[in-house]
Amino acid sequence: MTGTVVLGGRPRRSRPLVMIAAVLAAGAVMALVVGPAGLPVRGVLDELADRLPWLDVESGLTSRQAAVLWELRLPRVALGAVVGGALGIAGGAYQGVFRNPLADPYLLGVAAGAGLGATVVIVSGAATALLPFAAFAGGAIAVATTYALARLGGTVRTTSTLILAGVAVASFFTAVQTFVQQLASDTVREVFAWILGRLTTAGWDEVWLVAPFVTVAVAILVTHRRHLDVLAVGETEATSLGLDVGRVRLTIVLAATLATAAAVAVAGLIGFVGIVVPHTVRMLSGTSYRTVLPLSLVAGAAFLVLADLVARTALSPAEVPIGVVTAFVGAPFFGIVLARSMRAR
Amino acid sequence: MVRTRLTALFAVVIVFVSACSGAGDGATSTEAGQATDTGFPVSVTTATGSVTVADRPSRIAALSATHVEMLYAIGAGDQLIAGDLFSNYPPEAAQLQQVDSFNLNVEAVVALEPDLVVLSFDPVDAVAALAAVGIPTLLLGTAGNLDDVYAQLGVLGAATGHRDEAAAVVAGMAADIDAIVADVGDQASGLSYYHETDPISFYTPSSLSFIGQIYGLLGLESIADAAPDEFESGFPQLSPEFIIAANPDLLFLAGGGETLDTVAARQGWDTLTAVEVGNVFVLDPDVASRWGPRIVELLDDVAAAVAGAKVPVGAP
Repeated sequence: MTGTVVLGGRPRRSRPLVMIAAVLAAGAVMALVVGPAGLPVRGVLDELADRLPWLDVESGLTSRQAAVLWELRLPRVALGAVVGGALGIAGGAYQGVFRNPLADPYLLGVAAGAGLGATVVIVSGAATALLPFAAFAGGAIAVATTYALARLGGTVRTTSTLILAGVAVASFFTAVQTFVQQLASDTVREVFAWILGRLTTAGWDEVWLVAPFVTVAVAILVTHRRHLDVLAVGETEATSLGLDVGRVRLTIVLAATLATAAAVAVAGLIGFVGIVVPHTVRMLSGTSYRTVLPLSLVAGAAFLVLADLVARTALSPAEVPIGVVTAFVGAPFFGIVLARSMRAR
Repeated sequence: MVRTRLTALFAVVIVFVSACSGAGDGATSTEAGQATDTGFPVSVTTATGSVTVADRPSRIAALSATHVEMLYAIGAGDQLIAGDLFSNYPPEAAQLQQVDSFNLNVEAVVALEPDLVVLSFDPVDAVAALAAVGIPTLLLGTAGNLDDVYAQLGVLGAATGHRDEAAAVVAGMAADIDAIVADVGDQASGLSYYHETDPISFYTPSSLSFIGQIYGLLGLESIADAAPDEFESGFPQLSPEFIIAANPDLLFLAGGGETLDTVAARQGWDTLTAVEVGNVFVLDPDVASRWGPRIVELLDDVAAAVAGAKVPVGAP
């Protein structure tokens, strides 16, 4: 089989980008307008417009309402965009590099490994700044284990071999993570709240903590996106075209793992973004990674901002863990992808 | 409230309280007793640092049942607007807005327009988020010992303009506790007990925990002291087998709606001496899981249990 599954029609040009960017912008504005503090919609829109360089609008918001907007809602939208973008592009990259439409940061065990790394940091009381590094170490070990396990027979035989290996690795890392979490009963609630997936933030700290890691990972993935198209035709063919397959693979896997680890470090385990987003993008724009990766970044941001909007309004004023929302959408979607990939075989 | 208790000892809080007089030369305050009550702005120190309360708060959101009890006790009840889902004492607390502090939505708290927020735990860093919006927030974690309780009452007194009442409550509690301890004397010393909060997974307070220290005032010893507790959480996990083997002199039931009958019906538990002779006592789970002024009631209940315990307690 070929590495990618065609889910949609012919590729179109810039229309998908404009569409997805419009969804992201609309989602962000909605997320800024809606919330239990009940800010006046007009006031919020005026306040936002006021920040545009060429406009000067009196919003009429009180200073506390303005603080809710700028210090509570906006950082949360920004964090959702960063985390969603990272998970979306990581999913697309894993699918390309493993030539497997079902590959995803969660199904490969990367997120569970990153979760273990982050849990160790939280439980040991080490500095928060170490979170992304520990998460990356855990994620890298997990993905390496999954790949090694899937290749035991020499080559990765079928799509499901890699996923089954990933499931085993994820279960193992989750078990270790739970063990570590239970060891330290004084932090168990903190870990528990985080592991379910959440975008609750205290101002901009979390955004600045992971933005550099996501930026580096995205830069590497975007500059390597054409290599993924070459890899898609097959390993032998790629080598004959002059591509150092081993090195490119390693680079892309590490970059995708870095993006995943950064997302997990601040937002916990938010599943299915890496499946839903790249496949939706393929339906819109075709299967070339040249467009799939950048679009997955933007679409991932849009998806998670919208999912968070649902998470914090569905049971308002209480919150639903965002991982529940993405799984609710993502699991059925995964079923569809699975069905199509079997038909494509 | 099992989870609240699992975080015991996590936040040993607050060492001192300081008032800062906003006035310039500091020589202006009168010597009248109530002058301290009007001394806003006030700065208090908690685990998260110094918090300044600009004016006497009139819209307090205390998202912790313990602190709702403390605030009513020091006369700040009419300044309260919100409690958490468990705030049920005193009865007036039922009229407060209820906020789910386990799934805290910071923006929903802001929507209540509080001028002071009190939290007992903070997994989502709400303290920083509320500070960003300009709402002073006191994080007063589970007390590690009686001094923490007194210090928290002092902080709340200073922050709400009830410094003198808080001092009176602390003095009253200390006197009551001393009286109960003196009354019990050495009747209880060396007796072992099992305090059940959690009939499912048997996380059990040891003498390290706050409640274990309350029992310890009377000389009682927790059977959980013999269980491994590497991180010194004060709440090691036991098993029914461990509890039966330890054969505690007294059983206290403070969770899960258990009674002498339900405990006796458990496999093997009917062999416990305490169950056979009826040394099983049901405690109010709310009183036993909070660290507010009602710990005096708890101590009194335990003292009464010791006095009413049937022989052969402690018999060899």
